[in-house]
Amino acid sequence: MEANRIIPDPVQVREELIQKYPAKVAKKRSKSIVINDPETIPEVQANVRTVPGIITQRGCSYAGCKGVVLGPTRDIVNIVHGPIGCSFYAWLTRRNQTKPETLMDANYIPYCFSTDMQEENIVFGGEKKLKIAIQEAYDLFHPKSIAIFSTCPVGLIGDDVHAASREMKEKFGDCNVFGFSCEGYRGVSQSAGHHIANNGVFKHMVGRDNTPSEGKFKLNLLGEYNIGGDAFEIERIFEKVGITLVASFSGNSTVAAIENSHTADLNVILCHRSINYMGDMMETKYGIPWMKVNFVGAESTAKSLRKIGEYFGDEELKARIEAVIAEETPKVKAIIEEILPRTKGKTAMLFVGGSRAHHYQDLFSELGMTTVAAGYEFAHRDDYEGRDVLPKIKVDADSKNIEELKIVADPELYNPRKTEAELEALKEKGLEINGYEGMMKQMTKKSLVVDDLSHYESEKLIEIYKPDIFCAGIKEKYVVQKMGIPLKQLHSYDYGGPYTGFEGAVNFYKDIDRMVNNPVWKLIKAPWETAGNGKGGELAASYVTQ
Amino acid sequence: MLLRHTSKEVKEREGLTINPAKTCQPIGAMYAALGIHGCLPHSHGSQGCCSYHRSTLTRHYKEPVMAATSSFTEGASVFGGQANLLAAIETIFSVYDPDIIAVHSTCLSETIGDDLQQITRKAKDDGKVPEGKHVIFASTPSFIGSHITGYANMVTGIATQFAVSTGVKKNQFNIIAGWMEPSDMREIKRLSKELGVKIVLFPDTSDVLDAPQTGKHEFYPKGGTTVAELQSAGDSISSLALGAISAEPAAIALEKSCKVAFETLDMPIGLSATDRFIMALSQVAGVKVPDEITAERGRLVDVMADMEQYLYGKRVALFGDPDQLLPLTEFLLDLNMKPAHIVSGTPGQRFEKQMRQLLDARSPETNFRNGLQADMFLLHQWMKNEPVDLLIGNTYGKYIARDEDVPFIRFGFPILDRIGHSYFPNVGYSGGLRLVEKLLNAVMDRQDRDALEEKFELVM
Ligand code: SF4
Ligand code: SF4
Repeated sequence: MEANRIIPDPVQVREELIQKYPAKVAKKRSKSIVINDPETIPEVQANVRTVPGIITQRGCSYAGCKGVVLGPTRDIVNIVHGPIGCSFYAWLTRRNQTKPETLMDANYIPYCFSTDMQEENIVFGGEKKLKIAIQEAYDLFHPKSIAIFSTCPVGLIGDDVHAASREMKEKFGDCNVFGFSCEGYRGVSQSAGHHIANNGVFKHMVGRDNTPSEGKFKLNLLGEYNIGGDAFEIERIFEKVGITLVASFSGNSTVAAIENSHTADLNVILCHRSINYMGDMMETKYGIPWMKVNFVGAESTAKSLRKIGEYFGDEELKARIEAVIAEETPKVKAIIEEILPRTKGKTAMLFVGGSRAHHYQDLFSELGMTTVAAGYEFAHRDDYEGRDVLPKIKVDADSKNIEELKIVADPELYNPRKTEAELEALKEKGLEINGYEGMMKQMTKKSLVVDDLSHYESEKLIEIYKPDIFCAGIKEKYVVQKMGIPLKQLHSYDYGGPYTGFEGAVNFYKDIDRMVNNPVWKLIKAPWETAGNGKGGELAASYVTQ
Repeated sequence: MLLRHTSKEVKEREGLTINPAKTCQPIGAMYAALGIHGCLPHSHGSQGCCSYHRSTLTRHYKEPVMAATSSFTEGASVFGGQANLLAAIETIFSVYDPDIIAVHSTCLSETIGDDLQQITRKAKDDGKVPEGKHVIFASTPSFIGSHITGYANMVTGIATQFAVSTGVKKNQFNIIAGWMEPSDMREIKRLSKELGVKIVLFPDTSDVLDAPQTGKHEFYPKGGTTVAELQSAGDSISSLALGAISAEPAAIALEKSCKVAFETLDMPIGLSATDRFIMALSQVAGVKVPDEITAERGRLVDVMADMEQYLYGKRVALFGDPDQLLPLTEFLLDLNMKPAHIVSGTPGQRFEKQMRQLLDARSPETNFRNGLQADMFLLHQWMKNEPVDLLIGNTYGKYIARDEDVPFIRFGFPILDRIGHSYFPNVGYSGGLRLVEKLLNAVMDRQDRDALEEKFELVM
């Protein structure tokens, strides 16, 4: 066990990370590499352009819109308007599990739809082909909804996907057709696409069905995409404690649920980055408060459930929550006690996404492991420093291009679920409503925070810190493993999971134990490489066996 | 049912592609560029394309796939991407220090009209390309062709931008690899060595995308065709292009630029195509085929003869890429199997003609379509109407295979859920043997699974 490992001096580390860059690049990058202090949180440069030529983890706006937010809803036919590739690569690769209730229920997730634009569509416009494609999708499947996603060339050639969608929607009468201008060049990362998706879902889906939902404690789960079955585990727990899940945005979700979501009484947010806009907009229009929760980690799950109980303020619910925590905890404890001696004192680095690099630190600390460095791929300053920083964030040219919907209270449906006084009382009990503290508050002093980590920086960090595990995505997976260090994918979970809730925590403990203690990492060198290769000598006259 | 909305009734479509049997050009260009030693592929467009291409190649190979991007934002899209590319070239040389940057375009930069030739020349003129380093490029708009076209375009770029003719011929031959696996490229090199023919193979992703675990990440792995080899390709006696769509354009370009004569062959997949490859190589080089190769061939034919009863008449549905589908279909016919349905999203009249010819002569009732809307949705519908015994194609086929309860063999790109393709070849006689083993295993496992108890066989 390496309990007292020496942590390198972060100031020096920063110098080393930027040393090789051209002066201008070094200057820019240095603002995104900061040394944490949870007491007085320093400013992190985030959500700014990646320097051209730098090998980045980031993807594009389309990926954030179609891939992340809209992809998991099973009964929308998602047509990607563009050349074939964009749709192909987003085909089933995000592992959004979904479970239709019957064999007859719609599920388009295993399908890939594209207009497969050709040169003539680029030259003469692709709207006509798009409308034909929408018609064909309608004729073939008769779906409840068809969504259109614009890829890079579409915006440039001036195809109006919104007009085409409106026209087809009117024509069909029984199918909601809507478009997204989520061209890959918008914004600086997937993050722009999240915002665009939030706007579209809010405008075109939320509020279409006013039927009052049933249940006493009704909430929506925001920013949970059911990767590896995460949402299934949360659903299991909600059911056990008696919470009604009206809609999920958007893991294991359906169109009908999202259209009815404004009838819930609380929004709980998991991935703040990808869905916080929805929380704000629903609050303004319908009066539903939102609350940041985290179901990654057993203790965080318990804490989040208690927060929900507190919000609803019902003694019976609170008692059930305690009962469920009491029932689930011993199983988790038993496993962690067995594993902890093998993981305690080890170190981790997390560079991924827009919320996971924060949430998974909880699981590592349950494993007795320290996060020595972390950062997001496409987050904003508020995800690092907390939402208090929001008024101070400068809106640059790249963000300005993304529409901010002007939302006002709905004259009929606005109904504040809590009075000002009630909200104040909740706050006093430590319940943060419509707030998020960010990642850095939770990280130790002198740990390193790096936004939009480049490939070069990641190799340097590994060289310097030699962490026991590195968490990132598929593009980084085998690079890091070639260096002899296991990499846990936190987008796809290496095809495992779920990692949420109580069962998820157990899965994660076991996976990390397996990874950091796997004998393969000690088998890398051939025996003759360590023994001195071909130095001559005679055969030893002995019989070697195991 | 995974694909529960796929109906039996086939309706012609004009606008909508469903479950494509192809992807876009740049990923092919990226793959080809990885087959050059010391080369960093660069995607000139917004970040998403590069991220998707790297991710897909990584999932297919379980290996690092390094590539950079021009990271377009809206500004670049409006004003053109020149500034981004120039900045990228400067950053790449100082941070990642490659010998070569291989730039390919994307839909976005093509739609804007960025001229890669002009921008890369400007980079050189502005002194952004260090002495002895290279920047090459290929135009790869995805609204034309497919990933195969992009591969061909980059290989052509490699051939024309490196090869020089000194006027003195070298006693060597170029083999231009169509889109095949590192294992296949390794096998081509082995066969040529066995024949005693000196070759320049390009691109060559062996020892790049099948790199060993050493505890160190080699940013530029050991493999890949070297610049010196590529330059010398202009002095080679002749070129063999393995694949009409993915390799021939480079051979044509090389003939134009350096007067290197060429011959186009099918990719050596299966017995007959490998025979043609060995014959051609031995003829152009004027060497005798060594007994060891004849014996390799003999082993393959031996198995084909001994096990013929199990494959006879078995109906197969296939999807994939033209240069692989042609020899594969021919091999299935040689094995007395029945290709029932074939689709490829990659367009190409010559491919269509060649496949038709092959099928007209030996299996006229086969359903075959390529190009627009020749997708896996159509293939699946055909299978629902006329069922098959076996499905062959990339990983996406597993959804159809499971729904229809049909044995499935992974072949082509991408294979996201199994290993093997990068280590064990499909080309050559040994590749043929591996394919026959896979076909037999699939068919015979099914027989074992389905046999009535009283009909269960011990010896087969
Ligand atoms: S924009 Fe073009 S190049 Fe990029 S992924 Fe889409 S199809 Fe491929
Ligand atoms: S943090 Fe991860 S799950 Fe959340 S939006 Fe980002 S990529 Fe998706």
